[in-house]
Amino acid sequence: MLESLKGAWRYRQFIATSIRHELVTRFARSRIGGAWMIIHPLSMVLIYALILSAVLAAKLPGIESQYAYAIYLTAGMLGWSLFSEILNRCLGVFIENANLMKKLVFPKIALPVIITGSSLINNFALFIVILVVFAVLDHFTPTTLLWVPVLTAITVLLALGLGLMLGILNVFIRDIGQIMPIVLQFLFWFTPVVYPAEIVPPSLQAIIAFNPLFHLVGAYHDVLAYGHAPSLPALVGLTALGVALMVMSAMLFRKASPEMVDAL
Amino acid sequence: MSQSIDSQFNQSQTHQPLPDQVSPTPPKPPLLEVRELGKAYRRYRNEMTRVASWFSAIKPEEETWILRDINFDIAQGEAVGIVGQNGAGKSTLLKMITGTLRPTEGYIRTHGRVAAILELGMGFNGELTGRQNVIHSAGLMGFTHAQIDAVIDDIEDFAEIGEYFDKPMRVYSSGMQMRVAFSVATAFRPEILIVDEALSVGDAYFQHKSFDRIREFQRQGTSLLIVSHDKAAIQSLCDRAILLEQGKVLQDGLPQDIMDYYNAIIAKKENDRVEITPLDGGQIQTRSGSGEASIKRVSLHATSGSPLDVVDVGQMVELRVNVAIHADLPELVLGYKIKDRVGQDVFGTNTWHTHQVEQQLAAGETLTYRMCFSANLGPGSYSVSLSVHSNDTHLTHNYQWVDHALVFQMVNMGKDFFLGSCWIMPTIECERQAAISSAPNESV
Repeated sequence: MLESLKGAWRYRQFIATSIRHELVTRFARSRIGGAWMIIHPLSMVLIYALILSAVLAAKLPGIESQYAYAIYLTAGMLGWSLFSEILNRCLGVFIENANLMKKLVFPKIALPVIITGSSLINNFALFIVILVVFAVLDHFTPTTLLWVPVLTAITVLLALGLGLMLGILNVFIRDIGQIMPIVLQFLFWFTPVVYPAEIVPPSLQAIIAFNPLFHLVGAYHDVLAYGHAPSLPALVGLTALGVALMVMSAMLFRKASPEMVDAL
Repeated sequence: MSQSIDSQFNQSQTHQPLPDQVSPTPPKPPLLEVRELGKAYRRYRNEMTRVASWFSAIKPEEETWILRDINFDIAQGEAVGIVGQNGAGKSTLLKMITGTLRPTEGYIRTHGRVAAILELGMGFNGELTGRQNVIHSAGLMGFTHAQIDAVIDDIEDFAEIGEYFDKPMRVYSSGMQMRVAFSVATAFRPEILIVDEALSVGDAYFQHKSFDRIREFQRQGTSLLIVSHDKAAIQSLCDRAILLEQGKVLQDGLPQDIMDYYNAIIAKKENDRVEITPLDGGQIQTRSGSGEASIKRVSLHATSGSPLDVVDVGQMVELRVNVAIHADLPELVLGYKIKDRVGQDVFGTNTWHTHQVEQQLAAGETLTYRMCFSANLGPGSYSVSLSVHSNDTHLTHNYQWVDHALVFQMVNMGKDFFLGSCWIMPTIECERQAAISSAPNESV
C-alpha cells in the first residue's frame, strides 16, 4: 500500500492535471462553460426546494421553516451524491482504463484518486449552492458547518474503500458491475434521504440501523438541517468501518494487481 | 522498475548528434536482462475461485504457458528484432518488458527507462488541445511539470503542425495526431525503446524524420527492440534477432541466420499442405479454369534446393511448379507472372513464348517445372500468379489460373541502397574538369 501511495505522490501533478482536464472536457464547447457546474446542482436544489416543498409542505419537527422538507432533502443529498458518485465511478474505473493499463506503466492507484478529486469538486460546488439557497431560505447553521469537512472525509473513506474493492473484483467478476446499480437503488431507498427517518416504523428501525449510510446521511441532516452536532459514536463507528474497508481494499489490490492486466 | 528519468533528462534536449563517444566504450552491463522468464495465464474453475486463491492455496484448474524459459540480454545501443509468427508470444514478452504484465516466473532487470511506441496516442482526448494532451501523456509517462515544460517547445517543433498545436485534437487529421503522439513519446530519450516497425506515423516525410530520431537515440546509447511480422524489415534494421516460436526462443543470432531458420519453419508448414492455399498477407486468391490440368504445388527455392521465403536482391532462385494432368490434352503451356505489393506486373512470361510447349499429354501425368532466374527485384513483397493453358494466352483454353499462388519477400542484404522494384545497378563514372580561371561565368 505504501508503494502505491508513493506512486500516487510521484504522479501528483498528473493527478492534478487529470482532474482539471476532466472538468475542461466536460464543459468544452459549451458557451458558458464552468457555470454549468453551478447550474446543475442549483437546479436540483431548486426543484427540491420549490416544487417539493409546495407539494409536500409538511413541516418536519426540529426545522422552523416552511421549506423544512426541502432543506432536509438537500442536506441528505449532499452526503448521498458524494458517496454514490465515487462508488459508481470506482466500480468501472479499471475496466474503462483497461487499454491504458495494458499499454502503459503508471501507478494504477492514480485512477481512483482522480475520481475522488473530481467528485470532491462537484460536491463542493453543490455545497456552495446549498449554502446560498439556505441563506435565501433564511436557514443558516454557521456553527455546525465546520462538521461538513469531517463528514466529507468520512464519506470519501467509505465510498473509496467500498468502491475500490468492488472495482477490483469487477475486473474479474463482471456481474458486480451489473448488480451494483441495483444494490445502490435499494441502498438509496433504505437510507432516509427522501423521507424523514422518523417515519420508519419502530420494528424496522433496528434493521435500518445496520445500514451505515443511515448514520452517515443522518449526520449530514444533524449538521445541515437540524443545526446540531452529529452523534460522535456514529462518526467513530463510520470512520472505523471506512478504515477497515480501505485496509481490505489495499490488501485485495496488492493481491489482485499482478493478475489485473491479465484479466482485462 | 526504477525510473531514473532525471539523469537522461538533460541529454534528451540535445538533438545534435553527439560525438561518437558512446558506442565504442568497453563492454557495459546489459541494459536489459531477461532470465528464466515465463508467463502463464491461469484459468480457475470460476472467477470466485481466482479471488479465493489470492488468500489461500487454491491451485488454478489450468495453466496456459504463453512464454517459458526465455533468456537473453540486450546491450547498450543494440538493435534487436523480435521475430515470430502470430501467437508466438511477441507481445506478451514486450508487455512484460514494458512492465504492464507481470512475469509468472523468472525476472526482467532493466537499467533505465523503458518506452514503447507500439500504439501511439494512448489516452488522447479530442476536446483537449495538442499542448494539453502532451502534458497529459507525458504526465502519464511519469514526468513532472518542470520536466515537461523544458521539452514542450521541442515537442511542438518536432511535430511540425503549426498553430494546430493549440487547437483541440478533434480537428486534427489522423496524421497530425500521430505526429504529436510520436513527438511526445520520444521527447525524452529512453534507455530501452520498443518500436513496432509496422507502425505508421503518417506521411513519408515524418516517417523518415521519426526514424532518424530513433537512430539518433540508438547512437546515444538507447537499445532498440524492434517487433515485426515483416521479415524484410528485421533484416535491414537489426544487429541481432530473436526468433520466438510457441513461447520459446528458437534462435538468437544474426538476422540473416534467423531469417534462414524462419524460412525453414515456414517451408515445413507449407509442405504439410497438399493443395495450394492462399498465403498470409490478407490477399484473396482467385482460381479459375476448366480443370483439365491443375497446379499442385508452387515453391521457391535457393539454388541449393532449400526452400525460400525471403530472397536477397540479386539472388539466384528457382521457382518450382508441379502440374497434374487430369485429362488427355493436345498441348500445355505454363505461364507465370510476378506482381509487386500493389498488384503491378513486374515480370511475366510463359512456355509458349519460350518455345517450350508440351505436346500430347495423358491423364495422370505430372509435370515439374523449374524456372531459374536471378531475383533482380527491389525490396518488398511480391506475389506469383500462375496459369496452365493451351495456347499463347490463357483465354482460349484455360485449364487453371491461380492468383497469389506464392508470396515472397525481397530484402536488400548487402547491395548498395536503391529505390524501386527493379535492380538495375549501374556502374557510375564521373569526370571532373578544373574551373576555367578567366572571367566569371556569366552565361544565363
